[in-house]
Amino acid sequence: MTYLSVRDLTVRLKDGPALLRSVSLDVAAGEVRGLVGESGAGKSMIGKAILGILPRAVEVVSGQIVLDGVDLLALPPAARRVRVGATCALIPQDPLTALNPSRRIGPQMTDRLVDILGWTRPDATARVRDLLAEVQIADADRVLRQYPHELSGGMRQRILIASAFAAEPRLIVADEPTTALDVTVQKQILKLIAGMQARHGTALLFVTHDLGVVSKVCQSLSVLYAGKVVEDAAVRAFFAGPKHPYSAALLAATPKYTDPGAGLQPVPADVIAAVRAEVGND
Amino acid sequence: MAEGRVQVRRRAELRLWLSAGWLALLVVTAVFAPLLAPQDPLAQDLFAARLPPFWVTGADAAYPLGTDSLGRCVLSRIIFGSRLALTVALTAGIITCIIGAGLGLLAGFWRGWVDVVVSRFIDIWMAFPPVLFSILLIAVIGPGVFSIILAIVVIDWTRFARVVRAEAMAQGAMDYVASARVAGRGRMGIMLREVLPNVLPIVLVLLTLEMGIAVIVEAILSFVNLSISTDDPTWGGMISEGRASIHQAWWVLVFPLVTLFLTVLSFSQLGEGLKDRFDPVLR
Repeated sequence: MTYLSVRDLTVRLKDGPALLRSVSLDVAAGEVRGLVGESGAGKSMIGKAILGILPRAVEVVSGQIVLDGVDLLALPPAARRVRVGATCALIPQDPLTALNPSRRIGPQMTDRLVDILGWTRPDATARVRDLLAEVQIADADRVLRQYPHELSGGMRQRILIASAFAAEPRLIVADEPTTALDVTVQKQILKLIAGMQARHGTALLFVTHDLGVVSKVCQSLSVLYAGKVVEDAAVRAFFAGPKHPYSAALLAATPKYTDPGAGLQPVPADVIAAVRAEVGND
Repeated sequence: MAEGRVQVRRRAELRLWLSAGWLALLVVTAVFAPLLAPQDPLAQDLFAARLPPFWVTGADAAYPLGTDSLGRCVLSRIIFGSRLALTVALTAGIITCIIGAGLGLLAGFWRGWVDVVVSRFIDIWMAFPPVLFSILLIAVIGPGVFSIILAIVVIDWTRFARVVRAEAMAQGAMDYVASARVAGRGRMGIMLREVLPNVLPIVLVLLTLEMGIAVIVEAILSFVNLSISTDDPTWGGMISEGRASIHQAWWVLVFPLVTLFLTVLSFSQLGEGLKDRFDPVLR
């Protein structure tokens, strides 16, 4: 069953070039979809458009974002905010700036449950404590009293993951959640996100530029180039043989640790020229 | 590293305590001025004119810091002068802070047309020469405590607005603001609950600096006789009068000047000290 359906979404800079060109993608309930592409392809922009946090200079030109049968773009802003707030969450890229530095972890995590979803304070605290245990933070009571600067990047990312799952959302957008972390921590965090996702049955839109991560975490993926989806495939089929020449070149460009002598394989110029002509980028 | 941190902290603490101590002393003298002043600050005694401070021969113990050319007690006048200085510093500082920081926060967080209006207004405002502007203002509305405070607020709100706007813009771009938006918080709620607490430290530093500046502006206006009535003692007025007799009675000029200097320095150091004390990186 399709939970999120983005249809022909076109987004552009106000009076500027298009950033997304009639993008369409579906995320089924409980599915993990990877969103890959090089820098500037518009991966994060899709996530922001869904959550309604596009930068001021960017506007949606046309298209639909259908969440659970309701087109978000047709809703008035306040109703949209309430709907997204109740059903969606974000795991941001940089754990260092994603927690409010002047507030303790506890109130920061419970406030949204209390103020926006109307939970009671003890319920919210109990819930947050359970979640911290689930993301393997042992000393929850101490952490809840601490400020973000007292915690490491990995700890903060765990807290953000716990926060994202706090209100049992149906869809989580993870915007390169491991990019800002050490390689050793990355693996743990990925495992954690995958485990939480499986237990809670949340649909996950996983934005990344790392095809290795996609192969481990996702069930399906969309490859983006210059704001356009060039391939939409199941992960197994994609890694067995990508259909689009650009995706094939992208896959070939992934460094292989098994063969360090092979060197890097850049995406060939003729493939780039072809994909540019295809998406109409000038 | 740890040792360096301890050193920085100790220096910050010392600075904090010294400046806070001086300002606390000043507040006490201002509040209890009639009890603490050895003489009536307005009483003239031409037979006791230009008496030196207590450690110089020929001094009178009743006038610890000497007398001016009209025989008025310098210490008592400094003590009573602190009343105006502190009143102006606190009131003008706080009002300037609320207006400037409020507009800066709105402009920096809301962006769009609010930002355009506030920013252009700041640019135009800052093109006026500040001292001339305040003198003009007081010449029009007449001297008095209210006029001094108004002049300071009108000149200095831009200082707060600019800095707070920049800080609010930086904070507004952080991911925690995006998370709060996703969670369903409204823009006003985000501004007050998420962004405001993070611009407060910089506002606090600016506020203490502003109080120091307010003391200086008040002294400048007193110096050019645009403050309160000339009979009432003010530090700026004393410096102005002392200038005429500097070769015969240096103390009339030097003591109020030193007081002014220490007060302004204390305000700025208090801000720095508080910042160091509460800076999460140093803490």
